[in-house]
Amino acid sequence: MTGNVSGFDCPLAIEARGLVKRFEGTTAVGGVDLSVPQGSVYGILGPNGAGKTTTLRMLLGIIEPDSGYRRILGAERPHDVAHAIGYLPEERGLYPSMKATEAIAFLGALRGLPLKEGRRRAHELLERHGLGYAADRQIRQLSKGMAQQVQILGTLVHRPRLVIFDEPFSGLDALNQGKLEAMMRGLAEDGTTVIFSTHVIAHAERLCDEVAIIAGGRVPFAGPVDVARDRIPAQVRLETQADEGLWRAALPTDSRREGRYWHFALPEGGIEPLLRALIAGEAGILSLSIERAGLHDAFVAIAGEAAARALEAEKPEEPRR
Amino acid sequence: MNFDLSAPGHRGRLSMLAAAWVVARRDFTAILFSRTFFFFLLGPLFPVIVGLLAGSVGQRVDQSGEAPAIGVVMAEADAKAMVRARDALADRLGGGLPDMHVVKDLTPAEQADPGEVLASRKGAFAGVLSGSPAAPVLTGPGPLIKDWRGDVELIAAEVRDGSLAFWPQVKLAKTSVAAPGDSRSRLRTAQGAQTLLFLLTMMLAGMVLSNLVEEKGNKIIEVLAAAIPMESVFFGKLFAMLGVSLVGIAVWGSVGGAIYLSAGSLVALPEPAVGWPMLVGLGVIYFAMAYLLLGSVFLAIGSLANTVREVQTLSMPVTMMQLMLFFFATYAMTQPGSAVEMLAVVLPFSSPFAMLARAAQEPALWPHVAALGWQVMWVVLLVRGGSMLFRRRAMKSGPQGAGRKWWRRVVSKG
Repeated sequence: MTGNVSGFDCPLAIEARGLVKRFEGTTAVGGVDLSVPQGSVYGILGPNGAGKTTTLRMLLGIIEPDSGYRRILGAERPHDVAHAIGYLPEERGLYPSMKATEAIAFLGALRGLPLKEGRRRAHELLERHGLGYAADRQIRQLSKGMAQQVQILGTLVHRPRLVIFDEPFSGLDALNQGKLEAMMRGLAEDGTTVIFSTHVIAHAERLCDEVAIIAGGRVPFAGPVDVARDRIPAQVRLETQADEGLWRAALPTDSRREGRYWHFALPEGGIEPLLRALIAGEAGILSLSIERAGLHDAFVAIAGEAAARALEAEKPEEPRR
Repeated sequence: MNFDLSAPGHRGRLSMLAAAWVVARRDFTAILFSRTFFFFLLGPLFPVIVGLLAGSVGQRVDQSGEAPAIGVVMAEADAKAMVRARDALADRLGGGLPDMHVVKDLTPAEQADPGEVLASRKGAFAGVLSGSPAAPVLTGPGPLIKDWRGDVELIAAEVRDGSLAFWPQVKLAKTSVAAPGDSRSRLRTAQGAQTLLFLLTMMLAGMVLSNLVEEKGNKIIEVLAAAIPMESVFFGKLFAMLGVSLVGIAVWGSVGGAIYLSAGSLVALPEPAVGWPMLVGLGVIYFAMAYLLLGSVFLAIGSLANTVREVQTLSMPVTMMQLMLFFFATYAMTQPGSAVEMLAVVLPFSSPFAMLARAAQEPALWPHVAALGWQVMWVVLLVRGGSMLFRRRAMKSGPQGAGRKWWRRVVSKG
């Protein structure tokens, strides 16, 4: 694989199998598998310390995995295709004394973009994103949010085919979070693969085609968002006129009452047999709605179980006597 | 966001050197136009001032005890007349004339061989005067006998009648072989060069270390590590600081050269064995090697440290080790040709110091080629080792196990 990725026709932008990383005896990532389709927006979800950043760093070649296999834009060595990748680390960093234009051009130069062209594009990007007035300001003179926007533009200045954002929304206000979401959608529409890690599920739910949930250094789920939601059954909300009656026997055993409403998981047999029983039992149905599980519910269910299992697996052995 | 993917200008994947160049260019420009560089330029002033103050005291001691002397090889009467004339003039002038000692009274049939006298390593003669007071010949190392020419002509004129009516012209015979009296001076030249090299190296290695720790503080290092190989980052940083130091040396050299030229004959430095131009050239090269060797170790330390305190803790043993190796190289210099000197040459961190001292004392050039090859190999090995260490140890994200602790709390509550 050479540095030229123009002929790259693999359907997967990233393919990783069994990535493992240990630090001083602690397993940070314990066998991650990922398949990221080209041109998709892919979310990596997980609680703090789940192994998201370590996984991204392994994918980018910042650290080497202890075992496992990865292929980025068709290359086994990520630095071979570094010019086609953009990366925004979780801990943002720019040289405080650099001017915004120079900072963007420098980030481009690191990815093979000549400085002159980088400066031209930097001016263009800053103008387009309403930051033209800050072009000649030093990074130390910008607010934290503005500096972050400058770094995001620096991540994109060389027009990468794969962009990896580590917790991109942290540190941005709601307005700029919305702008960043729009930018990410735009990138995907142009055919760029976008991967981002987050522990805020709402962003992933709005943006992602597919997600991987990381918990305890493992990936208990990876796939389309809809499939993740389907991991837990839809929830039924029922409002009745009658408080008591024969109809109560028809409710599933896991039903719980909150005020005037009954909540329970959609029965495996569907809603129709239940409806018939409620009518026959004279429940007096005032309202009934079926709500599909959100990604947040799916995440808590999947990540919570896996994390608990990981904790069980990592319990220290009793010392032998 | 609409990207024009067909726009020209992208170079594609950077080679390791091109990537190092991107880092070096940024660092070089940033440091050169910073206050740090201004203080870097001023830095040597303080040891120079202290050195001058200490040196003036030392010089007096030196002048009284070990002033360079001229050995006289003439017919007995001429030799005694020259020494008498020198002493008489010295009384009238109040010093400043070179000492003269009769080495050998020649018989009328005997021919003087000043080269043999110089090579005999008997006495501490920096030059040999032969011929006669009417036609004196001064033999010795170029710069020194040139400085003494006027003094000797004055003494020779005094022998005749002390008037300006007769002014004998001294013929100069330059030797390439060091005079025995010069070996001690060369040792001092070597010592001075070594000390200068050591101080510069330590100052720069400290600067490159602070630079890397500052970048870790700014969180830029991860951006660099994601884009280019760590070897390129390390080489870029090392060469940027080297470039900065060479600019500094050029400034100091220009100022020093101007002072030297304005001082003229007042400052007489002993000629090194390889000659001044070659010693200066080798000095720059060995300085670069000493700095690259130490700088690569300091970079590895910097990649592991997160705070200034950690840097101090980790760099202290390396600094002490380097100081010991410097003393070792200084000691080895006094044992030319011994196993001790060879060991100092072979040990990578003392090698540049030992070889520079050798350049001041021995004229052969081929050992320098071999030593430079050896040192370059060690620089490459250390940079690769440092970058491997960085990848293995430096890029741990967050406190490990924090998430598990959180989940453990959640689970235990449940």
